[in-house]
Amino acid sequence: MIIADNLTKTYGSQLVLNIDHLEIPKGQSFGLVGNNGAGKTTFFSLLLDLIQPSSGKIVNNEVEVSASEDWKPFTSSFIDESFLIGYLTPEEYFYFIGDLRGRNRADVDALLAQFEDFFHGEILGQKKYLRDLSKGNQKKAGIVASFIGNPEVVILDEPFANLDPTTQIRLKAIIKELAASEGVTVLVSSHDLIHVTEVCERIVVLNKGEVVKDIQTSAETLKELETFFGG
Amino acid sequence: MFKHFIRLQWKSFFRSSSFGKGLALKVLMIFFGLYMLTALVMTGSGIYFILRELFPDHSPIWSISQFMVYWVLIELFFRYFLQKLPVMDIKPFLILPINKSKITHYILGRSGVSIYNLFAIFFFLPFAIVLLLKGYAVLNVLLWLLSIFAIVLCINYVNFLINKNDKALFVIIGLILTFYGLDYFQIVPIKEFFGPIFHGLYAYPLAFLVPVGLVLIVYWLNYKFLRNRLFLDDSLKTKKQEAKSSDLAWTRRFGDIAPFLQLDLKLIWRNKRTKAQVFISLLFVFYGLIFYTQEIYANMMPMFAFLGIFMTGIFLANFGQFIPAWDSAYYSMMMSQNIPLRKYLDSKAGLISVSVVVMFLLTIPYVYFGWEALAINFGSALYNLGVNIPVILYFGSFNKKRIELDKSPFGNMQGTSGTQFLIMLPVLGAPILIFTIFYFIFSVEVGVAVLSIMGIVGFMFKNKLLDVITKQYRRKKYGMIAGFKEKNS
Repeated sequence: MIIADNLTKTYGSQLVLNIDHLEIPKGQSFGLVGNNGAGKTTFFSLLLDLIQPSSGKIVNNEVEVSASEDWKPFTSSFIDESFLIGYLTPEEYFYFIGDLRGRNRADVDALLAQFEDFFHGEILGQKKYLRDLSKGNQKKAGIVASFIGNPEVVILDEPFANLDPTTQIRLKAIIKELAASEGVTVLVSSHDLIHVTEVCERIVVLNKGEVVKDIQTSAETLKELETFFGG
Repeated sequence: MFKHFIRLQWKSFFRSSSFGKGLALKVLMIFFGLYMLTALVMTGSGIYFILRELFPDHSPIWSISQFMVYWVLIELFFRYFLQKLPVMDIKPFLILPINKSKITHYILGRSGVSIYNLFAIFFFLPFAIVLLLKGYAVLNVLLWLLSIFAIVLCINYVNFLINKNDKALFVIIGLILTFYGLDYFQIVPIKEFFGPIFHGLYAYPLAFLVPVGLVLIVYWLNYKFLRNRLFLDDSLKTKKQEAKSSDLAWTRRFGDIAPFLQLDLKLIWRNKRTKAQVFISLLFVFYGLIFYTQEIYANMMPMFAFLGIFMTGIFLANFGQFIPAWDSAYYSMMMSQNIPLRKYLDSKAGLISVSVVVMFLLTIPYVYFGWEALAINFGSALYNLGVNIPVILYFGSFNKKRIELDKSPFGNMQGTSGTQFLIMLPVLGAPILIFTIFYFIFSVEVGVAVLSIMGIVGFMFKNKLLDVITKQYRRKKYGMIAGFKEKNS
């Protein structure tokens, strides 16, 4: 589904990402782990064509992302709160995203209904603009918005950060379900090793822009990662 | 302790983002500031002679006292909008080992040296100096000046007390209107009633104790009020607007661009700065009155062209010059979502077109000043529609400065860069120049016709032009995303 080839990104003389070859098959739940500055967000930004690669390319479902915009209809993402439109209410935001992805209100409402317990009654019908929601609730809205319109690729940067424990557990179930039943490729980055090992079939560790580990998740994975990061 | 506070204040001022701005902008702001200052000082020193001229029977200090009640009320009115006690700044101090009373004194004391208070000083100080030069009693003048400062501080602190309440604003507006009405229709001579009271501050030096005492009282009230409310859920709470959802179903008829149009309308209506732009634009309809009514401009057709382009294009210029920076807060989302850039631009163009048409309709009454006014405005509107909209959208692709939507619109230069000055040349200058050339060689009719034809031609090639602009936006995309991410620029 997603193939990165000879992908590098440099700022000045600093090499922040250098991936020889990385292939993510369709329907995989893919976890990206690494310390701050390891290049996780850089990789996602390249995948979303928000920044230009210094060399190499990323191909998303046979579309080279920096050459064509045809990857947009089947790719959705939530990177940070700059993906939210602060002066809209959550409902308006969902409908707006729905409009962009060819879903009418009824479709969006039907999807939102599935996330009722994820929202915990704090998102819908609150008479609040997104800018006035708490960080955690903003995140919930952004994550759910990325599920609108049956995307084939979902990219979530640090989805577990700022979420309360209940929501974290629910989110894990949602991500697993997406990848398992619907064949959606889910890309998740996280600082929390326990969460990623639980959710992802495959985990790639980035360190200073390079892939240093590429593991199919098993019972020993968490130990392995802890030893790696613990030094 | 206060030494620390002052040092912090100093740093916050010199490290504020406005000081990090581009050189051109800095120079412009300094220039503007100096201009304001000079204007104040000049009026302050000139007002003595003006009053002498206008009311030869009275001493200027008597005359000026007559108007002081209006000054106080009008200043209160303006401050209600402009000046808020910056309580949020003290949030970090709350958990430090500092007395709450000290924090309260700090925030209140700090507001005493606010720029708004300086305005009055720069006006009254030169006036007082002129009074002294003219041989008025030194002691009286000095104590009068002291009283004035005290009144300024009173206004300052009264404003904080009433600022929490919308009713206060209506009381102030009501007072201004009633007083003026009573005065104007000579029912109750308000000016003559309050005049002697304010003049008393000069006539009886000891009277300065009254305003000074008032300041102390108001300050104490403020202190009392704030000291007991230094809690995050009380006076330090950020106000949250209650959201009003609206689905703007009528925009559906615009088809593909409907979602963007809805978004733009909400953008404009729900954010302070954009909302202010709309009101300012509407006010500029009256701009023509200044020129059309004056003899010197009556036959100055290039001036008419300026007015035409300006009035029908004011929203185009105000709003258009910052496209797409209005969407800067979520631009990376817009760029990674399933958004055809072309539709996004179409929607913006549509919105501006509507504004041009509305502004033209509003300027139709100017036909009263001659058919030329109407004809030129019509030609200008067409030119704005056909040529200026693509031009301003094209230049928008050079915008790289983030705009924080919820910041106050007053004196807000966020998002401004060299681009904004560059835009004005082709948008405003070119059509005026074109009109003027054809007007001088041929006639008004030809000038209008040329503008109209250019507009219509531009309109015919609208799709082609927008395609070019879309390509340009795509090319500039990465720079924009990176630029819009930078806060405090």
